[in-house]
Amino acid sequence: MKHIISIKDFSREDIDTLLARAGAIDAAPQIRKTLDGKQVALLFFEPSTRTRMSFTSAVSRLGGTSITVDSVEGSSISKGETLADTVRVVSSYVDAIVLRHPKEGAARLASEFASVPVINAGDGAGQHPSQTLLDLYTIRQSMPLDGIHIGLLGDLRYGRTTHSLAYALSNYDVTLHTIAPQTLELPESLVAELHKRGCRVEEHEDITDIMPELDVIYATRIQRERFPDAASYYNVAESYRITPEILEGHKEGMIVLHPLPRAGEIDPRVDALPCARYFEQAGNGIPVRMAMLEEVI
Amino acid sequence: MESGPRGLLISPIKDGTVIDHIRAGAALTVLRMLGITGQTDEELSIATNVTSMTGGQEGRKDIVKVSNRELSKEEVDRIALISPHATINIIRDYIVVEKKGVETPKLLYGIVRCTNAGCITNANEPIQSAFEVTEDGLHCLYCDTVITTDLENHII
Ligand SMILES: [Zn+2]
Repeated sequence: MKHIISIKDFSREDIDTLLARAGAIDAAPQIRKTLDGKQVALLFFEPSTRTRMSFTSAVSRLGGTSITVDSVEGSSISKGETLADTVRVVSSYVDAIVLRHPKEGAARLASEFASVPVINAGDGAGQHPSQTLLDLYTIRQSMPLDGIHIGLLGDLRYGRTTHSLAYALSNYDVTLHTIAPQTLELPESLVAELHKRGCRVEEHEDITDIMPELDVIYATRIQRERFPDAASYYNVAESYRITPEILEGHKEGMIVLHPLPRAGEIDPRVDALPCARYFEQAGNGIPVRMAMLEEVI
Repeated sequence: MESGPRGLLISPIKDGTVIDHIRAGAALTVLRMLGITGQTDEELSIATNVTSMTGGQEGRKDIVKVSNRELSKEEVDRIALISPHATINIIRDYIVVEKKGVETPKLLYGIVRCTNAGCITNANEPIQSAFEVTEDGLHCLYCDTVITTDLENHII
């Protein structure tokens, strides 16, 4: 039985296969009825409306039905039932489980107790493979993954989306440019791992140093609670904000991505520029999640 | 074990296991790792901060003798985590029938607690902690946390 728990379980070949499948779905969504007669449980122990909606939509577009548990209150969870028991019971109702849970490693645990495939829809600050796959899919819509220079911008220390994306991209011949204030750089252990996997990582503090070389800018949120006071936060936030002026002189075909929701990281004036791809990126969650469901069921 | 007057610190045992060259001060942690407590009924001799002829930490070591019990390789390998130079002697009828070093196991189940409070292994679930032993430290197979320091304090 196949589960999708962590992007680290994916080889380059696995990623390519899944992205190709998402591409085929995108090209002809109406002819897929792969989940006809199948039911998927969406177990959401942590609120995440977008991810849940996107999985619900993906299931129904494949002809399947979904049942959702999205409130801990009133369910047996609040009566002290373990996740292991919940998953064992729910397994007997459905053909697959999509799990969102506040504890890291919850999806791994669920896969050990479930008798149906488990897809991780985010566990705590841990893994969120569908996000990474849709990020890769969006880049690949514009350019091949090999040979690109990608700038990861913002809070790279605590932002899990950049960690998994960096890890996944290390399967390809890419140069990662980290653009972050010193206190929010990628964790050293991750950089060491990326180096070990043959990935080039270059650290920058100022995006203008590297702007003309970038094929992709992946912006993420800088959280206010990481700073001692409002003033130092606004200073940093301001200098990591993508504006049309910052983007001037960018490489031809360069794209700007963001996992959304955004706070102030991208000036709304950027939305109208051809390089702005973050809304398509969000929309790509559907074919990518459809491909993930097809992959495991 | 050294011969000579130091041997008098703990008397020889007839049958059982002698764990020698334990890092000085770590004997009690070793017992805890083996599940030996005041409530279990093994006959024990413990010597700590014994002068060691063969080096060890500043020339001192701990020794633990467990009578009437032959510890398994798996049980003993856990000790490698905190005392990689320990040696194990299996004794039968006062004779050392087997002498071996400890080996660091590749996978650890239920021995170390994950330092990440948000890790599912620290929730009330019917699972054991699981770590892969890598050159960087202990890698939690559930949440990816790597424990690099202070291992002794995380042993369950
Ligand atoms: Zn853990």
